[in-house]
Amino acid sequence: MSHVTVSKVWKRFGTQPVLENINLDVEPGSYVSIVGPSGCGKSTFLRLLLSQEQPSEGSILLDGEPISLEPSQERGVVFQRYSVFPHLNVQENVALGLEFAQAPLLGKLFGRKKRAILDKCRGYLDSVGLDAARDKYPSELSGGMQQRLAIAQALIKKPKVLLLDEPFGALDPGIRADIHQLMLRLWRETGMTVFMVTHDLREAFHLGNRIIVFDRHRTREEELPYYGATITMDLKLNDNDPLKARAMEHYQNQNKDGFALPELQAG
Amino acid sequence: MKVRMINRKPDRHLSIFLTLLPFALVLLAYVVGSEIRLAANPNDKLLPGLHSFADAIARVAFEPDKRSGDYLLWVDTLASLARLGCGMLVATLLGMIVGVHIGLLPLFRAGLLPFVTVASMLPPLAVLPILFIVFGLGEVAKVALIVIGITPVIIRDISLRVEEIPREQLIKAQTLGASSWQLALRVVLPQVWPRLIDAVRLTLGSAWLFLIAAEAIAAQSGLGYRIFLLRRYLAMDTILPYVAWITFLAFSLDYLLRRTQSLLFPWFSAERGR
Repeated sequence: MSHVTVSKVWKRFGTQPVLENINLDVEPGSYVSIVGPSGCGKSTFLRLLLSQEQPSEGSILLDGEPISLEPSQERGVVFQRYSVFPHLNVQENVALGLEFAQAPLLGKLFGRKKRAILDKCRGYLDSVGLDAARDKYPSELSGGMQQRLAIAQALIKKPKVLLLDEPFGALDPGIRADIHQLMLRLWRETGMTVFMVTHDLREAFHLGNRIIVFDRHRTREEELPYYGATITMDLKLNDNDPLKARAMEHYQNQNKDGFALPELQAG
Repeated sequence: MKVRMINRKPDRHLSIFLTLLPFALVLLAYVVGSEIRLAANPNDKLLPGLHSFADAIARVAFEPDKRSGDYLLWVDTLASLARLGCGMLVATLLGMIVGVHIGLLPLFRAGLLPFVTVASMLPPLAVLPILFIVFGLGEVAKVALIVIGITPVIIRDISLRVEEIPREQLIKAQTLGASSWQLALRVVLPQVWPRLIDAVRLTLGSAWLFLIAAEAIAAQSGLGYRIFLLRRYLAMDTILPYVAWITFLAFSLDYLLRRTQSLLFPWFSAERGR
């Protein structure tokens, strides 16, 4: 299925370690929320999973096989911005992934074949609520619609793993709640493994069934150049986990963006 | 109420008036200057009156030349536009192909960017004598001057525009299964076309400069050839309309390119508007 194994992964930029000794075993169909303070390597970790960068040491396996050295169709991605193509309208954006597969030479289909894939795209657009906007260009869409488009665009390739890099960070709270529902539904329907980097703890607990906290374990100034971040907390949650409910309540009522987790550690 | 200068905006009428004002002022200054000089010396050649322009335009545009039988203005225009068009076409094609390679493919960037950067510093007019020696005095040398002058600028501009395409888009396309070729074809090129039009618009000015310089030195026809020929006779009555005509042609080309851009790439102006 889509079993992700990360073993002994280090990432250094020059001599500065950013990630040190990351070990992680993620079961198929997990929704992993990755949180932690800024600059602790969350996005770097996601880029490693994407093969946008290579680990300095260690290996990342997908279903027992090392992941390819460059981004591939098994791993879909939605970035915070620039995930959709500004020169293509909504349905062309979604169709693109299918056209790449079916038209190796031109990357573009015409006539009957094109109509067939556009029909297929409409199913996906419908499921993210964008069918009515299918002829619009991204610049005519709101931020939330653009992100829903980016999700549909990634899902049409049926990736084993979906990587989300602060995908909802720039959205208004109301729109965010809607897109959370959408994301949960799509995740359950597809059974894919999701990794989501986020700054919003409430979002992390609301969506994820596993929470991973990246942080530095050595923080004295003279230690900083020699030590990177690692996984300091790893929580598995099920839907009716009291911890999840408590955390959600806690962060609903209080600071949405704080990173201290005192109550969780106590619990 | 006091309003800051930066917040004062012209309405429609004032806007049109302000647009026309500098043109009218230049024209007025010319007419007054011309009147004063003609009053002092009716044979003055420096600032001929407007009626002399009408005569001269009629002579070059609507009457066959006594010696060659050609309608000079049209023959010259055709010759110049053909050279300009050929030069720009070759420069644009080369610039686009090489520019996209440099912008997208690290191997090409490493191999070509330093060379193109050095080549773009070459003053094209200094190369003109070499071109005349190598290609002779015919059309090739003139077209080659435009190509040599314009291509490096377009290459550098296009490669920068390609590098400006957000990294996220290239990654996303790869996760959708695109090969390098498909990625160039469906993601990069369509986004570079409108920017290529910008590059062509910006380089057209230099292209005219190279064209007229080359025509001034050695040609049998062409707008630049004509004005430098007429200079010997102080024929301002023809030179000034020619200069105005060149300006009009350049402006029209620029306008056409701008229109083409907004017609063909509606998404582009929306993106840029942000």
